Amino acid sequence: MVLPDIKLVQAVLVMVLGVAACFGYFWGSNRLLDMVYPPRGRRVAENINAANGIRPWLFLGPAVIILGIYLVYPVVNSVVLSFYGPSGEHWVGGDNYAWLAKDAAFRESMRNNLLWLFVVPAAATFFGLIAAALTDRISWGNVAKSLIFMPMAISFVGASVIWKFIYDYRAEGSEQIGILNAIVTFFGGEPQAWITIPFWNNFFLMIILIWIQTGFAMVILSAALRGIPEETIEAAIIDGASPFQIFYKIKVPQIWGTIAVVWTTITILVLKVFDIVLAMTNGQWGSQVLANYMFDWMFRGLDFGRASTIALVIMAMVTPIMIWNIREARKDMK
Amino acid sequence: MSTPVGSRPALAWVVNISVILLVALWTLPTFGILVSSLRDKDQLAVSGWWTALTASERNLVARSAPPEEATLQDGRYMLTGNVFEGNSGEVTGFGISSREPSVFAVGENAELRDGGMLTVDADGNYMIAYSEKPEPGRGHRIFVSTVEPPRFTTENYENVLFSEGLGKSFINTMTVTIPATVIPILIAAYAAYALAWMEFPGRALLLAAIVGLLVVPLQMSLIPLLRLYNTIGIGKSFIGIWLAHTGFGLPLAIYLLRNYMAGLPREIIESARVDGASDFEIFRKIILPLSFPALASFAIFQFLWVWNDLLVATVFLGNNEEQLVLTGRLRELLGSRGGNWEILTASAFVAIVVPILVFFALQRYLVRGLLAGSVKGG
Repeated sequence: MVLPDIKLVQAVLVMVLGVAACFGYFWGSNRLLDMVYPPRGRRVAENINAANGIRPWLFLGPAVIILGIYLVYPVVNSVVLSFYGPSGEHWVGGDNYAWLAKDAAFRESMRNNLLWLFVVPAAATFFGLIAAALTDRISWGNVAKSLIFMPMAISFVGASVIWKFIYDYRAEGSEQIGILNAIVTFFGGEPQAWITIPFWNNFFLMIILIWIQTGFAMVILSAALRGIPEETIEAAIIDGASPFQIFYKIKVPQIWGTIAVVWTTITILVLKVFDIVLAMTNGQWGSQVLANYMFDWMFRGLDFGRASTIALVIMAMVTPIMIWNIREARKDMK
Repeated sequence: MSTPVGSRPALAWVVNISVILLVALWTLPTFGILVSSLRDKDQLAVSGWWTALTASERNLVARSAPPEEATLQDGRYMLTGNVFEGNSGEVTGFGISSREPSVFAVGENAELRDGGMLTVDADGNYMIAYSEKPEPGRGHRIFVSTVEPPRFTTENYENVLFSEGLGKSFINTMTVTIPATVIPILIAAYAAYALAWMEFPGRALLLAAIVGLLVVPLQMSLIPLLRLYNTIGIGKSFIGIWLAHTGFGLPLAIYLLRNYMAGLPREIIESARVDGASDFEIFRKIILPLSFPALASFAIFQFLWVWNDLLVATVFLGNNEEQLVLTGRLRELLGSRGGNWEILTASAFVAIVVPILVFFALQRYLVRGLLAGSVKGG
């Protein structure tokens, strides 16, 4: 029997206290502001103006402080740390960068990461688009969508266990309990230890992320497909276009914008994913990626300088997307 | 979509079959884990989960009683017993060497090296007959193949929950997830309101900064924060991880909520202002209740993300028995019990069952949140 743990009680308590503290802060600070600049009396106009200048910052205060500590400061600090040695105390100048340029494992990670960046978003978007187009046409489409979308709820480690079971390998001759090898041997092939085959194992790991992300792509692309005005499709049908022509020549071009959003969202995710590699191979057999390599230097190499340098490379790869994101958002908010 | 194209019968068939195939591909992996986690561990180790409902074939090794126990019957020395030693089963074949474990059919005679004749019948009874009194020694090894009916059990779950420490990890994950889901919502809601409905200098810049922070890789933050935590003495604690998840969840929360709140009708808010309501009151009595769909969708996101997170928990909570979360435990089991599929499958299912339930129960809100956040640019 699992007893209700004291920690869980503590967690609920913290939640209640936290929520109370948040309300207390917002309520208290607003009251205080009203007392300092009361919206009445002789100087009412000046008071209201002063209060309106301060009030947004009361609302924003906690968020800005937390964002500053947890996201802005680390970016700056990482840049600084990349110029320091393992413990972050000796200045080593560009040594970490020089090391990175010559490191074979880093080159392997870069190569694999580029592979991931190309294959995963492309495949997930492609399957998502197909799933969206097909499920929109059938009566049980919503059930099908839920089932394809479900892997989104599974953690990367959980998904790794699921797929490791699929890739399970038993020596030739014994019965395979991994379904992939069972299929291969059924058709007369030789069973393989899939995740230890250099180079190709990368693809077997990518399949896991594609499996998770296809549902995401499907949901968003399906909404975009539904948003296409009926007239253009009807016109195409009257002109005698086949279903495939309608799909590729009429529908897809109209949702390019959404496809780009899905693609970039998955790209960002790919850069950060390390759990799958950690759980499946831990970077062995030539499957290392940047995020896991950084984790490796942080915990096993205990070198904060080198780990920060690798983190900066990841950041550099995301930056163009970040700029594009900001541009799009600003266009949108005008 | 009910275009005339979609209603051509031949095409409808193709579409239906393709979708069935897609759905099968996307659900089978999880289904396999579920079935396997409920199977008997010996059966799981020797046959694929897709054969779970058929009887499985197994090879057993039994040892006969020592030859000196043979008793004289009708002029022959007989040695009898049962290969199942108390259990029951059905023998389909037997053998006397490990290389040919089932070369003899049930009821056939096999000649042993010491001159005895061995025969095994279908319910497992064996008989060794000697024409002369046999030399004393160890009993013979008897190889039998048996057919076992499928066995399902909850033993694997009991095992992982109570002896592999998964129960404790489950509670740890809950402990991390509950506050880390609720607290960021509140903080983000106030900030989103300010960004959506209050005029102040620097608003556009702040918004751009938050959109930019949406893509900062988490890896960036780990080392500086770990050093910061050690300096100020938080170390590896639940407080530290709650705050970290709050920080990492905020950009998305603010972005989603701001988009939603900015879309609320201006008239409601302005008429409330005219009636003399303060910003604080407008927020609490009008905006918050109206924003429920957006709040719910972010809550689901944050819940799934925190529950499924491995990176933040590994860095800020440590790997000791007391603090290990589900994902961390799962990863550890993958390393240490990599071949014990009965443990791995049951553990994996325990780890994914809560998010999947939440997902199916609240999917509607999740999809709404996804659409609000992602289709904007398109």
